[in-house]
Amino acid sequence: MSDLDQFRQTVNAWLEENCPPSQRIPITREEQVWAGKNKTFPSSDAKLWFERMRDKGWTVPEWPIELGGGGLDEQHAKILKEEMKRLGCRTPLFDLGIWMLGPAVLEYGTDEQRQQHIPKIARGEVRWCQGYSEPGAGSDLASLQTRAEDKGDHFLVNGTKIWTTNADKADWIFCLVRTDPDAKKQEGISFLLIDMDDAGVSTTPIELISGESEFCQTFFDNVKVPKANLIGELNKGWSVAKSLLKHERKLMAEIGGDTPGPSFSPIQAAIEYIGLDQSGRLKDIGIRDELVRHEMAFRAIGLTHFRSFEERMNGVADNNVPLIMKYVGTEESKRKEEVLMAILGHRALGWYDDEFNVDELLTNRGWLFSKALSIAGGTSEVQLNIIAKRVLGLPD
Amino acid sequence: MTLVLNEEQRLLKDTAKDFLNSAMPVSALRQLRDKKDSLGYSREHWQQMVELGWASMVLPEAYDGLDFGYMGLGAVIEESGRTLAASPLFSTVVLCSTIIVEGGNEEQKSILLPRIAAGDLNMALALEESPHHQPSGFTTTAIADGDDFIIQGEKLFVLDGHSAEQLIVATQLETGVGLFIVDANSTGISRRRHHMIDSRNVATISFDQVRVKASALIANAKRGQDILNTAMDYGRVCIAAEMLGGAIECFERTVAYLKERDQFGVKIGSFQALQHRAAKMFIELELSKSVVLDALSAIDDKRADLPQLASLAKARLNDVFELVTNEAVQMHGGIGVTDELEIGFFLKRSRSATQILGNSGFHRDRYASLCGY
Ligand SMILES: Cc1cc2nc3c(=O)[nH]c(=O)nc-3n(C[C@H](O)[C@H](O)[C@H](O)COP(=O)(O)OP(=O)(O)OC[C@H]3O[C@@H](n4cnc5c(N)ncnc54)[C@H](O)[C@@H]3O)c2cc1C
Repeated sequence: MSDLDQFRQTVNAWLEENCPPSQRIPITREEQVWAGKNKTFPSSDAKLWFERMRDKGWTVPEWPIELGGGGLDEQHAKILKEEMKRLGCRTPLFDLGIWMLGPAVLEYGTDEQRQQHIPKIARGEVRWCQGYSEPGAGSDLASLQTRAEDKGDHFLVNGTKIWTTNADKADWIFCLVRTDPDAKKQEGISFLLIDMDDAGVSTTPIELISGESEFCQTFFDNVKVPKANLIGELNKGWSVAKSLLKHERKLMAEIGGDTPGPSFSPIQAAIEYIGLDQSGRLKDIGIRDELVRHEMAFRAIGLTHFRSFEERMNGVADNNVPLIMKYVGTEESKRKEEVLMAILGHRALGWYDDEFNVDELLTNRGWLFSKALSIAGGTSEVQLNIIAKRVLGLPD
Repeated sequence: MTLVLNEEQRLLKDTAKDFLNSAMPVSALRQLRDKKDSLGYSREHWQQMVELGWASMVLPEAYDGLDFGYMGLGAVIEESGRTLAASPLFSTVVLCSTIIVEGGNEEQKSILLPRIAAGDLNMALALEESPHHQPSGFTTTAIADGDDFIIQGEKLFVLDGHSAEQLIVATQLETGVGLFIVDANSTGISRRRHHMIDSRNVATISFDQVRVKASALIANAKRGQDILNTAMDYGRVCIAAEMLGGAIECFERTVAYLKERDQFGVKIGSFQALQHRAAKMFIELELSKSVVLDALSAIDDKRADLPQLASLAKARLNDVFELVTNEAVQMHGGIGVTDELEIGFFLKRSRSATQILGNSGFHRDRYASLCGY
């Protein structure tokens, strides 16, 4: 048996033994365990599952063991992921520190910074949020204005960030700030970590079309930030941010399946809400055609993820493929939600009412949520610009 | 399941590319068209393809084949799509030899397959009877008459039907589908070759009381339909591979033009309206590559989901080849609608290829049904 097969068996046995049955049914939004100083658990099983995974280092399987990770390479980590998926094991811990900041600190941080931040992320002790966008700087992120002035032993930060997801619940924020107002746009920016408890930091929630207010405007009013919180070199924050953005896009491409939504698949919903005719076809041929177009595109995207992975494993990676995944993944997720809305008809339209069951209510919430997918983490239009210029080499 | 070519397959693809570029560029098809070539392909080029092993590549070793698999042949066919190379490879090797390998008896296999492998025998599948692909319920009948069968009917859109020496005819028997091997010059057969938009070779073949021996029957009833379905799925995947090659070639030529043509004092490739459309085509092509590779590997691994993959690949490539050829014409402007520019050849081939073994509507309907809705 190959090393990988062996590993698969071990992983499988461990998961079977350690993942409580209640942690193997699809997770709802409320049941997600988010990192943080004041973590709460929806159940004792969720706590147990989190602690067991944490102790294995499998909240962050690919990070170094000495920093709280699992020390797995990509192939082994993929096996863990596959086995978890097969058994339906829930993601034990959610946090932007895991998905975005951690990889950047591992790449750009000093030893002290790694020691300070990485183990806490791995153990879910700190919840992170991302402070990039500003009212005047979205797609054109490099025009950001939040200032960090050098005051000798600290930076003095003033300005505002917007669309900061979960800023009101986070312990720390990683920010892009302007440290040299005279330099060219990209060259005067630094990457700074700020404790949300610091004096002068405040947040106001913003209500979304889905009715939730998961993002905030974040204000910095004469906030003193220690110099040690600078990641990478002064005025070189843009390269840190770019490397981090790669992780975000990958996440966004994959997140489609993880968004809040009903428990049924579009096909199951179609059979229930529309029904089949005697030939076994959905009775609404228009919706059937929309559904099959989505299903076929979805499969093609899945196969492309797989091809990209295999190419990396075989050392023939085509670096252009990951660049397309954010765009197609999020656009197709939006299409799925549109199809689902069409399938449920007016049963998808209830906002809150005993008349509608949870799946019906979640259908429109998922649909509304999906609209953000092609905006967050770089809009679809910006992704197309990147493909046109970087992949196809088209001129400016 | 694998979605990467191995060393050998990559080598094969490169060799195919070199050969096709030097011997059979798009201008070779233009020549065949302009001189109204009676065969519609070059015998000499076909002989070279045979020498490169393309005719024997997927046949079993026991019958002089190389047993190299469809991942390899698909790579070759994809390359042939880039230069629109005309040859009997698809009709003879992919469609007909599959039926013989899957359904033929020992005698049929040992007589026919080595000749196909050696490039000595061209065959065509006589299948369609209406303006649209229809894979079952034939009106061409085969009625038992003593030890023989009498075939009656008319077959349309028979690929390479004008030049094949042997035909496989899909007929309706009392028990269901009957697949017969018939000498193309038998009494009662008349063939009319047609000149098509893509300059490739298609014929109408009439069967008027054509008498064949019972030994000409390859398979009948449910088995006959199953074998035909398998061959059609192999065909769908391979034609999708050809279309992928054509679409990639057309796309690359278009992107090159965007970087070359000046208007308003800048390269037209700097216009965002064109950039985004080009980026979307790139994305569609990347997804298409994955789908075609997986479908080819489904053939090699004899996977049960081959029918789904074949429909996925054919529907997708129908749509993507149409998109890319339309955009290619548009983005070239006036020169795009001239016969001088080769883009027109791809545009025309795209629409012909779409009609081979099912348009997108057919395959979406089939895919949905296969998935239970
Ligand atoms: C759910 C969600 C969560 C988010 N979370 C965070 C977070 O935690 N932290 C954070 O910092 N930010 C966050 N964001 C912000 C996000 O990164 C920005 O919304 C995004 O970058 C777009 O910026 P904008 O909203 O200012 O839109 P704009 O940049 O103003 O874009 C408006 C429109 O113009 C188009 N456009 C802009 N430039 C171009 C161009 N060059 N070519 C063609 N079209 C163009 C855009 O594609 C878009 O359609 C989040 C956003 C969402 C939706």
